[in-house]
Amino acid sequence: MDKVLGVKNLSKVYGPGCASCFELTGPEHDTNICPNCRSVVAAHDVSFDLYKGEILGIMGESGSGKSTAVKCLYFDHEPSSGRATFFDEGRQYDLFNLNAAQQRRLANHRFGMVYQNPHLGLNFDITAGGNIAERLLMSEVDNFSEIRGRATSLLSRTEVLPERMDELPKNFSGGMQQRVQIAKALVTNPPLLFLDEVTTGLDLSVQAAILDLIMEIQQEKDTAMIVVTHDLGVIRLLAGRTLVMKYGRVIESGLTDQILEDPQHAYTQRLVASAL
Amino acid sequence: MSASYPFGFLNEYAKKEVRRSTLKAVAIPGYQVPYSSREMPMGRGFGTGGLQLTLSLLGKGETLKVIDQGSDDSVNAVNLRSFIEMTCEGINTTTKTDEADFIQSRHRIPETALREDQLIVLQVPYPDPLVVVEPSEDKRKILHGEADYSRLLVKLYEDIVKFDEITISHRYPTRINGHYVIDPSPIPRWDVPKLNQSKALILLGAGREKKIYAVPPYTKAEPLAFEDVPFRVENFSDENGQRRSCQRCGCTSSFLDEFVDSKTGKKVYQCSDSDWCDAQGSASVAEGRTPGATDEYPPTNIEQVVVANG
Repeated sequence: MDKVLGVKNLSKVYGPGCASCFELTGPEHDTNICPNCRSVVAAHDVSFDLYKGEILGIMGESGSGKSTAVKCLYFDHEPSSGRATFFDEGRQYDLFNLNAAQQRRLANHRFGMVYQNPHLGLNFDITAGGNIAERLLMSEVDNFSEIRGRATSLLSRTEVLPERMDELPKNFSGGMQQRVQIAKALVTNPPLLFLDEVTTGLDLSVQAAILDLIMEIQQEKDTAMIVVTHDLGVIRLLAGRTLVMKYGRVIESGLTDQILEDPQHAYTQRLVASAL
Repeated sequence: MSASYPFGFLNEYAKKEVRRSTLKAVAIPGYQVPYSSREMPMGRGFGTGGLQLTLSLLGKGETLKVIDQGSDDSVNAVNLRSFIEMTCEGINTTTKTDEADFIQSRHRIPETALREDQLIVLQVPYPDPLVVVEPSEDKRKILHGEADYSRLLVKLYEDIVKFDEITISHRYPTRINGHYVIDPSPIPRWDVPKLNQSKALILLGAGREKKIYAVPPYTKAEPLAFEDVPFRVENFSDENGQRRSCQRCGCTSSFLDEFVDSKTGKKVYQCSDSDWCDAQGSASVAEGRTPGATDEYPPTNIEQVVVANG
C-alpha cells in the first residue's frame, strides 16, 4: 500500500513551555495544563501513518487535541515539535520544514480541509461558486469557463443545486454550506482530505447524507482522509482505523472494530459504554 | 521667494532618501518601497507622492509638464506646476508632451507615445491593489511576497458572474514583470496597455500611504484577466457601432471625456488629453479639414459631468 502521510511525535504546546510540561500532563494526571508553567499541552507525541484511500478516525472529547493535530498538518497552526512527511507523486515533503509559500502551495493544491464551522472554510462575502473558484485560482487555473465548469460539476456532485452557485453562502442552510465546503476542498482533486467535525451540529438526516457523500468520494477517488470527531457513529461508519485521544495524548489506536468492540483503555471503555 | 527654499523645496537628505527608494523601486519592478513621505505645503492626497518624486529627481535645465485628468490647465496641475516653478529655479515648463523631459501626471498617461529619454511620475492615492480584499498590511505584504493574488482574481470572477464583464474602470490591477501586482494609480483602462514595454520610465508615488514603486522601461505589464475573458479598454462606440470622435479636433483614436452641452442638453465628447487635442486640431487645419465646433479649450458653454475617478 502507498503511504500518503507519516506523522512522528507531533507536539503542540500553547504557552511558554517548561522541562516538566510533558511529565506533569496527560491522562494519568487528568489535565493538559502544566502545573509548573501553566502552558497548555494541546497535543503530545502523536504518531501515525496514513495510506492511500484509507480513512483514519481521530476520536476524543472536546479539548483532547484532535483538532489541534489536524490543524498543524494543514498549517493552520505551527507545531512545537515533531515531523510529518507527505508522499505525493513520487516525491516526499517534510511538511514542517517547508517555507510558507511551499506550505500554502501544498495546502491549496494537494490538501483539502473541511471545518466544523463553515465560516472558517468559506468566505461569506463571495458566492458559493466564487469560493470554489478561489481555490482553483490559487492553483493557477485562469480560464473562466473551465473554472465555471469544474465548480458546477462539483456542486452537482455534492448535491448543491448548480442554479444556486451564484448565491452567497449565508443564504444556504448549514448542511448546504457544509456541502459547498466539501466541494471547495475537493475541487483540486487532493489526495489527502482533513475533515474536522463535519457533521457536528447538523440534523440527523443531513448528517447521514453528508456521510454518504464522504464515503462515495472516498470510493470514487481513493482519497486518503483524516476524520476528526467525537461522534462514535461517524467513526464506526467511516473510519477503518482509529486513534483515541485524551488530554493531548493518543491513549489507544488500532482497527475501529477492535476499539469499539474490545476497548482496552479505561477511558475508551467508558466512552464506548456511554455511547452504545 | 525662491531664495528662502533649497532647490526642490526638500532638503538634501529627504531628496536622497526618495532617490534611493526610487532606485530600489526600479530594481524590483512593481514592489512598493516604503519611504518617509515628508510634510509638504499641501494636503496629503493632493499629489504629494508624485510631487516629492518630481522635486527629488528634477534637475536644472530640464523641462517639466504637469497634467491632471489629461489637462495642463486644471487646478491641481496649475498649482503643482507653479509650486515646482517657484522652488526649482532654472527648470522650464511646457504643456507639450513632445518637449517634456519629465511629466508629472494624475489620472492619465499622455496619448503621444513617450520616448526613452522621458520619465513620467504618476500620483497615486492607494498604492496597494490588495487593500480591497485584505485589510491588514502585514498580511498583504505576505500575499505580495508569495505573489498570491487569487483573491483579486476572485473579485474579477464575481464581477463576470454578476455583470458579465469586469467592472473595474480605473486602478486596474496590473502584474509587473510576472510577479508583483500594482495599482497603476487612477488611470483609465485605456492607459493600462501603455505601461507594457513602455519606453519611458514610469514612477508611481503615494504620499499619504508613503510608498514608491516603478514600472521600468521595457518591462512586461499585464492587466489581470482570465484566459478566455481578456482585458479590454473602454469602448467609445455609439449606438450604431461607430467610433465617437472628439467634437473639437475630430480625433477618433483618443480617450474621450463625456460632457453635457448646457444649451442643447446633448452629450458631447472631447479628447481628455488637451495637448493631444490641440496637436490634432492644428494638424487637421494644416490638412484642410474642418476642426470641431469650438476652438477654445475647455469649451465655455459646456459643463463637465463625468469626472472619472475623483
